[in-house]
Amino acid sequence: MAEINKEQLLWAYERMRLIRTFEDRVAELFAEGKLPGFVHLYAGEEAMGVGVISHLTDKDYITSTHRGHGHCIAKGVDVNSMMAEVYGKATGACKGKGGSMHIADVDKGMLGANGIVGAGGPLACGSGLTAKILGTDQVTVCFFGDGAAEQGTMHEAMNLASIWKLPVVFVCENNGYAETTPWGYHCAAKDISDRAVAYDMPGATIDGADFFAVYEAAEVAIEQARKGQGPSLVECRGFRYYGHFQGDSMLYFTEEEKARNHANDPIESFKKQVLERGLLSEAEIAEIDAKTTKMVQDAVEFAEESPWPVPEDVLTTDVYVSYP
Amino acid sequence: MARTITFREAIIEAMALEMRRDPTVILMGEDVAGGATLPHMEGENKEAWGGVLGASKGLVIEFGRDRVRDTPISESAYIGAAVGAASTGLRPIAELMFVDFLGVCFDQIFNQGAKMRYMFGGKAQVPVVIRTTIGAGFGAAAQHSECLYSIFTHIPGLKTVVPSTPYDAKGLLSSAIRDNDPVIFFEHKLLYGLEGEVPEDNYTVPLGVADVKREGQDLTIVTLGRMVHFSLEAAEKLSSDGVDVEVVDLRSLSPMDEETILNSVKKTHRLIVVDEDFPRCSMATDVVALVAGQAFDYLDAPPKMITPPHTLVPFSPVLEQAYIPSVDTIVSTVQSLM
Repeated sequence: MAEINKEQLLWAYERMRLIRTFEDRVAELFAEGKLPGFVHLYAGEEAMGVGVISHLTDKDYITSTHRGHGHCIAKGVDVNSMMAEVYGKATGACKGKGGSMHIADVDKGMLGANGIVGAGGPLACGSGLTAKILGTDQVTVCFFGDGAAEQGTMHEAMNLASIWKLPVVFVCENNGYAETTPWGYHCAAKDISDRAVAYDMPGATIDGADFFAVYEAAEVAIEQARKGQGPSLVECRGFRYYGHFQGDSMLYFTEEEKARNHANDPIESFKKQVLERGLLSEAEIAEIDAKTTKMVQDAVEFAEESPWPVPEDVLTTDVYVSYP
Repeated sequence: MARTITFREAIIEAMALEMRRDPTVILMGEDVAGGATLPHMEGENKEAWGGVLGASKGLVIEFGRDRVRDTPISESAYIGAAVGAASTGLRPIAELMFVDFLGVCFDQIFNQGAKMRYMFGGKAQVPVVIRTTIGAGFGAAAQHSECLYSIFTHIPGLKTVVPSTPYDAKGLLSSAIRDNDPVIFFEHKLLYGLEGEVPEDNYTVPLGVADVKREGQDLTIVTLGRMVHFSLEAAEKLSSDGVDVEVVDLRSLSPMDEETILNSVKKTHRLIVVDEDFPRCSMATDVVALVAGQAFDYLDAPPKMITPPHTLVPFSPVLEQAYIPSVDTIVSTVQSLM
């Protein structure tokens, strides 16, 4: 097991539990018809985002995907402002202008969830280039899914990051399906990480449901990027509990597959390991469970009590910094 | 008397002055550095290209490969990288060799660069400049000859600039680089060799302010880019017939200087829009709609648009010349309104 101190373990468990509780609550709220639009939920993938972001600070950057709530929470975006954004309220992280698919907090290094599959790769090269030219040690992590792995943008971005030796780590969250199309069908490679060879960068495929496996692989890749030794590709194999979007019938999953995924739950697996090794206690776990439940409940109350945005005030603002 | 340089030199000079002034300004694009400073060119210190049309020549020698970066032919990656770098503290200039190549990178421009600030509730700014070349008359056919600035002007969040003279090119590009919003900067290929007076100091020309290139009393021509010169030539010919034409050079399309257009039409009572871009949903239709909506009562004749036909840019010189609006067409259209 990787070197990881107690404070980090507590943080990691809290973030994973907070993501799960947040997403399960959003699923309920959506089913109750309380949320406009649609949502893509991260439940089941917690170990990937949290395991990677464990190694980042607020100064480091991430680019995210349409399934971005987990990345936001792991990167430290305030859950009240996130929930309010999902509701479309004025107090939302983006003043209600972005919604679930565009939550961002540049001050926290979160360069946005993104509605365009594969769009984050080029953007990550950009923040990587900024760090390189300004001579900082900031790292950018580009999260993308197995679906995005087949977008030309990702190939262009990995090539560019490699020839320019940019401090970017490409993390493929392979949850098995590009919407409903299984990755074994849409991907010609045996492992998505095999493609790292073509870009002359290290590549690894790991169990994305195992927090410690993700933590270790990410540590190596992020350290290399931070030292100016260039990009890496880490493929995390995992699964999502909800559909591509919430409400998706999920008929493309077999019952056996669903059962197998639940038996391999990343949070239960984390709990089991830390309890067995005596790294955290039942009481500490219970305390975090209670705390995160309250945080999500508070976030829902905050969002519900928040005002709607006022069109006269904000509909046409924030399009430009200045426009005569 | 001020110094005379070409449009191309004015572009290079604006970038050089801004790069000296601000260390966060960088340039990237295909062949913008050329071979200079690469290991296989060592000792020669020679710049192979400096951009396919030479519009960045000399910059890599002064600023080095860290700030003047050749890119792979991966427009999505490097235009997107410019957007990402702009949102995190740099002021990148990205060169898209021909505007027609927007087909392979438009997502990064209009879904990312243009929308980031709005989607994030005002928390981001994206001070990127995308320089690109436009225009027919080069024998380059349908995939290297379009203008397309109307497409970008359509998108909220982008600013669009189309200079017509060396003086404007330098001042507008400096403004674009200092601007905190994404700016698409369109350089007409057939203007690169045009000479004009350009001060040596670092000055700016504001975005969103049109320039009356010729004052007149009888008819207003609203135009931009290379068509400014065609319109001025037509105006000279017409003046010998006693027709006094005013030529308004818009210089930027977004923001657009509506006041100058309206004031001119209120004075002359006649409007022709001359535009090299495609005719549908275009700058030309936009200006005519503006005048129809806000100065209709001042018009003594129906507004006219002079544009290419709704067709693609052809290759054969005979066809290409027929495609591009001509001075003769401008002259005869003016005469038909008088």
